[in-house]
Amino acid sequence: MKRSFLEGNEAIARGAMAAGCRFFSGYPITPATSIYQQMLQLLPATGGVCMQGEDEIASIGFCLGASMAGMKAMTATSGPGISLYSEHISFAIGGEIPLVIVDVQRLGPSTGSATKGADGDIQFLRWGNSGGMPVIVLAPVDVKDCYLLTMQAFNLAERYRCPVFVASNKEIGMTRESIDLHALAGPELEVRTPCPTNHSGRPFAPLPGTNIPPFLPIGGERLSRQTSSTHGEDGYITTDPAVIEAGILRMQEKLQGAVGDFTFYEYDGNADDSALLVVYGVTARAAKTAVRELRALGSKIALLILKTLYPVPEDCIRQHLRGKTKVIVVEMNLGQYVREIERLAGDIPVSFYGRMNGELISPKNIVEKVRS
Amino acid sequence: MTSLLNRDRPPVFCPGCGHEAVVRGLDQALQTLKLPGNQVAIVSDIGCSGLFDTFFNTHAFHGLHGRALTYATGIKMARPDLKVIVVMGDGGLGIGGAHVLSSCRRNLDITLLILNNFNYGMTGGQCSATTPTTGLTASGFLSELEASLDICRVAVAAGAPYVHRTIATGRKLAEDLALAIRYPGFSLMDIWGLCPGRYTKKNRITLAQMEEDIKESCAISGPVAGNEREEYAAHYHRLASNAPAASKPLNVAAICEAPIHKRCDVLLLGSAGQYINTVGEILCLAGMSGGLHVSQKNDYPITVLRGHSVAEVVLDRRTIEYTGIGTPAVVVCVAAEGVARRKKVFGTLSEEAVVVKDSKIELPETRAKVRNIDFADLKIRSSEQALAALAILVQEGALLTREMLVAGLGHRYKGKMLDEALAVVARICDR
Repeated sequence: MKRSFLEGNEAIARGAMAAGCRFFSGYPITPATSIYQQMLQLLPATGGVCMQGEDEIASIGFCLGASMAGMKAMTATSGPGISLYSEHISFAIGGEIPLVIVDVQRLGPSTGSATKGADGDIQFLRWGNSGGMPVIVLAPVDVKDCYLLTMQAFNLAERYRCPVFVASNKEIGMTRESIDLHALAGPELEVRTPCPTNHSGRPFAPLPGTNIPPFLPIGGERLSRQTSSTHGEDGYITTDPAVIEAGILRMQEKLQGAVGDFTFYEYDGNADDSALLVVYGVTARAAKTAVRELRALGSKIALLILKTLYPVPEDCIRQHLRGKTKVIVVEMNLGQYVREIERLAGDIPVSFYGRMNGELISPKNIVEKVRS
Repeated sequence: MTSLLNRDRPPVFCPGCGHEAVVRGLDQALQTLKLPGNQVAIVSDIGCSGLFDTFFNTHAFHGLHGRALTYATGIKMARPDLKVIVVMGDGGLGIGGAHVLSSCRRNLDITLLILNNFNYGMTGGQCSATTPTTGLTASGFLSELEASLDICRVAVAAGAPYVHRTIATGRKLAEDLALAIRYPGFSLMDIWGLCPGRYTKKNRITLAQMEEDIKESCAISGPVAGNEREEYAAHYHRLASNAPAASKPLNVAAICEAPIHKRCDVLLLGSAGQYINTVGEILCLAGMSGGLHVSQKNDYPITVLRGHSVAEVVLDRRTIEYTGIGTPAVVVCVAAEGVARRKKVFGTLSEEAVVVKDSKIELPETRAKVRNIDFADLKIRSSEQALAALAILVQEGALLTREMLVAGLGHRYKGKMLDEALAVVARICDR
């Protein structure tokens, strides 16, 4: 067996290339910069485009244009940059523009600590768009996930015509690990559905029996329209409440109704487990060690590692809550995703452990919390 | 050629609005250039000028205030064959100023039409970046406070190769638009017009006066000598075609068995210039050569040439879960800065832990086995000490074998660098 030695950020860049990314634009920001640096190594040499925007707003704006013109696109940033992305995240949602957005999270608030990890943007990613529309957020645990989930993110962006977030963390992005890249079996690549010739050519009209419009590129044979404003299927501004509502509900349903098809998670448990530990991101690594130690001490504890955070994979979570009498959620923040678990847990008591001091949550921290 | 105007959606501007003249002028220019609608993308933003894309049977992209140039840049880079025309007002010019400057500097083949009517018409006539300080607007006295922006002068200073100022109702508008669109680089047109709904209600302004002002204000018309240069996309692809292919990730084979039986956390504590991060990587590559799983993260100040440098390495026979450093099995100390950065760790070390340190460095109290090495006496330079410490560990039989270390070095270095590194290892191991 031969193994490579790479950090999460490099794995994201290589995963993007494996997924067919042809356009990257970014603005330097620790701890996401090395994704841009990697894409600069990988893309131009293969005929793709890698650009450095004058700011984060421009960087994601370039991506929106390039994606609508037919290129698979990605951008990457951290907390201060994701804040600036916000108006264009809303645009990508409302305009149904496929795009992969990587947030290598660092400790906030604001400029916070450039070289300290955190998972403090999780609810920001979910709710940081005007209008509060659903989004897809995937959370890698390690270098392997960075590679594979980035590929999945491209597929989901294409399939559902939407922005897809990869919620990484400085502690994954800038940590190098040994990994057998040859053993990774990526998903089959999703190809953008070209607009069939018998389609009306209305750029936001879904194919019959689906709730996703086929892709009509800017610059194609047939004229296309893209707009950030409330529009009908024809891509022109509308004030008709029925048309508006149909479009909004379609965009909600295309993601919330499909999350079962992209619920990525790991579950480690036995039939008689009474406690459930729920984690995501880099904290999952400490949780694995903690669960082994807890079991050695006699705990009947199961571990659920969520890799699809949004839309909330409710069926998966409910299924694993079944039969449990206690739930513990651990996050590198002051308690964000725990709200979703509380919402689903019903009568089962949910306790939370989280920290925001720039340090990883250790297995010992988790063992102590579970036994307290 | 036939008109590209969308007959189903005629212009809806206020009577007398300068924007409508630009709609007609642009249609004529596109006809002059014999451009079919599917070879043109009109990109717009917010405000009355943001309605532009709906009046034409072309590709259309309508986005957020001031950001039209960013979408246009992405579209043009993805499809260099398209004619990309950006329409925005003086509002978009103000809020998107950074994008205008960068577009001037970039020189991508986009045409920017600034429909400049000196105020925010759609929101009620507030002052914009181009409102004269004498202008009356809905912003009250605030509009007197900030100097009016002369975008043509700014664009020239920012490197725009084509700048033209004109009047929306001028007889030559269509001809001027065609020249700007045909120009093979970034072209900017500052098109002055009346806003009868808002601005000209409060300000006496005549077309004749406007024409006079334009003559006085702008000496440049068309290509800007000294700013003309290779177009961005062509330049990009010329340089990119010479870019070397990216290196593939290393493939490290396990060639022997590492002398560890459980997870070992290792801290390398040094200062800038001591290759701490590189030696951490070499230790990882050595570990992989010994069949181990490894992880590494580094800690150093943003001013990379000064202060502490710390590498945290984990070596394990099984997949590494937690990547934080718990209680290290090995600590290498080659500079006081690194020791100071992690001084709390020394009290936690067990009696089995090994500390390899330069004899001149003072340590906090610790139960660990401390190996004091007089690196100066061994003629080991500061930049070589961390690597030499790995060689000391080889001698201890603690973490890695010489075979592993040599293999790790072989993955990291080639040629003279490799010879020098191997010589350092030999100086320790063959003493």
